[in-house]
Amino acid sequence: MTEHEPHDRLYVLDRTDLQQLFDALRTRGYTVIAPQIENNVIIYGAVDRVEELPIGWTDVQAGGSYRLARRGDDALFGYTVGPHSWKRFLSPPLRMLWRARKTADGFEFIDDGSPPPRYALVGVRACELAAIQRLDDIYTRGAVIDDDYQARRGAAFIVAVNCGQAGATCFCASLGTGPSVGPGYDLALTELMEGEHRFVVAVGSERGAEVLAELPHRAASEGEIELAEAIVAQAASQMGRTLETAGLQELLYRNVEHPYWDAVAERCLTCGNCTLVCPTCFCFTIEDTTDLTGQIAERWRRTDSCFSTAFSFISSGSIRTSAKARYRQWLTHKLAGWQDQFGNIGCVGCGRCITWCPVGIDLTAEVAALRAEDVGQPPAEPILEMA
Amino acid sequence: MMQTALRTLQRPSTPVYGSSACKPYRCRVTRRVQENDDTFTVELTPVSARQHGAFTPGQFNMLYIFGLGEIPISISGDPADPDRLVHTTRAVGAVTRRMATLHEGDVIGVRGPFGTHWPLEDLKGKDIVIVAGGIGLAPLRPALYQLVANRGDYERVVLLYGARTPEDMLYRAELERWRARFDLEVYVTVDRATGDWHGNVGLVTALIPRAPFEPRNAAALLCGPEVMMRYAVQALQKRGVGAAQTWLSLERNMKCGMAMCGHCQFGPHIVCRDGPVFRMDRIQRFFGRWEV
Repeated sequence: MTEHEPHDRLYVLDRTDLQQLFDALRTRGYTVIAPQIENNVIIYGAVDRVEELPIGWTDVQAGGSYRLARRGDDALFGYTVGPHSWKRFLSPPLRMLWRARKTADGFEFIDDGSPPPRYALVGVRACELAAIQRLDDIYTRGAVIDDDYQARRGAAFIVAVNCGQAGATCFCASLGTGPSVGPGYDLALTELMEGEHRFVVAVGSERGAEVLAELPHRAASEGEIELAEAIVAQAASQMGRTLETAGLQELLYRNVEHPYWDAVAERCLTCGNCTLVCPTCFCFTIEDTTDLTGQIAERWRRTDSCFSTAFSFISSGSIRTSAKARYRQWLTHKLAGWQDQFGNIGCVGCGRCITWCPVGIDLTAEVAALRAEDVGQPPAEPILEMA
Repeated sequence: MMQTALRTLQRPSTPVYGSSACKPYRCRVTRRVQENDDTFTVELTPVSARQHGAFTPGQFNMLYIFGLGEIPISISGDPADPDRLVHTTRAVGAVTRRMATLHEGDVIGVRGPFGTHWPLEDLKGKDIVIVAGGIGLAPLRPALYQLVANRGDYERVVLLYGARTPEDMLYRAELERWRARFDLEVYVTVDRATGDWHGNVGLVTALIPRAPFEPRNAAALLCGPEVMMRYAVQALQKRGVGAAQTWLSLERNMKCGMAMCGHCQFGPHIVCRDGPVFRMDRIQRFFGRWEV
């Protein structure tokens, strides 16, 4: 992804011409990935036609609850985010790293897995673009570069969408990650339903400009620009949740021994749903296998969750056996440790972990409760206990 | 704290790519020694002359058994002899139990070395106090080799070693040789005396109050069970060896060694990159905290 200064000019693309965007992307060799309905939720998957999008649908979200509902219009992007995030396309949940054959002097590598695909990601929300940039920090800015991720990411054409409404579990405004999309997109759309169904288009890269040039479009009028801005401002005013970020890192560090973690643990099932739906949770495990003959070995990389006891297993057993230790690890890493490691908060405010928690544990409420009971000073020296 | 983030965001001059960094190189087992009931040492030599095992004391490798799995094990050989990679481990899991059955000539995979090291270069002119418990002696042995090879650069060198029983001690012959040297102070203790043991009985931390070193000019290097290290830190502090003079090696689950898989998270630290060797004052806030 090459970033360019966003062009200050905005354009308009008619709804009836949106298929031409999909076609132009496909002609350029991209597999178009966009929102669609499957099993009564909006997920991301390959699409050919605009009609495959969740036309006229919206989502109603709450802690532990997600339902689809009719909007009463034909909006294409009239919902927020579902259980999928784009990480499944940029850092797939299961990927073969290599295959090797046993030889007389050990083993030799015979396969490096499949070449990375070229995706056009259509419908990337502001919080999701911020999440992708969090993944960039982890996979491409350390001493070792995940070249598979880098290739997928570099190839990915991003069509972002400004949110026209916020869900009840949304809090991107608290984290400064939305609802207006920041830099890093190729094209950004704002869907206008008033009058003619159309999109205000912002161009964020040269290749974005090249694609737009192939589509019927015109300059946006002052009125259309104002309408687009009002729509995003409306979403900003609808945030269902807030997260106070001031002093968040120290709050979590100094409350490491707080009894409040017990209260969370009473509800937490340690199912790991939050880590699966989180667009920034990046942990993986390595699995080594052989075929039945024992002659061919493979190494796979698979999504992992800090909510399993196996995650922290060492020779003496698991480091984090209790539910409270695992929830604390997840939340503290996301909101505090991440700041030490990458210079920003690991949460983008998408609200997925709240919606998809089977018991409705709410990160924003847990932090607020911890803040209300803040011990206010560093914990005492650890008590020494003999094993 | 921000310095950690800044270091992370610095781009390396020569990129290392995950697709190659996740592939082990082949090493042949050249020697295998049974240290005690469940602990053994393997010596490895790279199959290809292009590979070598250069490392600094305190670092670890990922050892791979074909198709079975891969585990992090500290390097316990001599850093001056990088073509002979030495690893001591206990047979406790699927991979180490298979490793226990390796024979000379067998080939396994190696990735590494990874992680930070004991900062011996920066400790010249100091009294070096090494406190090891059980198999914790393994990642400290390379430090001892380096200290002995450069003995004139350091003041007193003291090794305090505790094992469960005399039979559980690692590197017994080497311990005897070191103890016989006039320029090393070696004190050994066991939890439980068996056979004809006439030495110290008790915890290794009990040796700290009377060990011969000058606290103000000392640097302590610790490795062993976490609870042992917690008490050792306390005993050292009582003698005036502060957290900024104390280094310790942590064990955490590790899968990638590339600071990507997330398994070795420890507070703000990623142990495979920021550790396993930490200066105590940098982890004081989290070390010894329950289940961190």
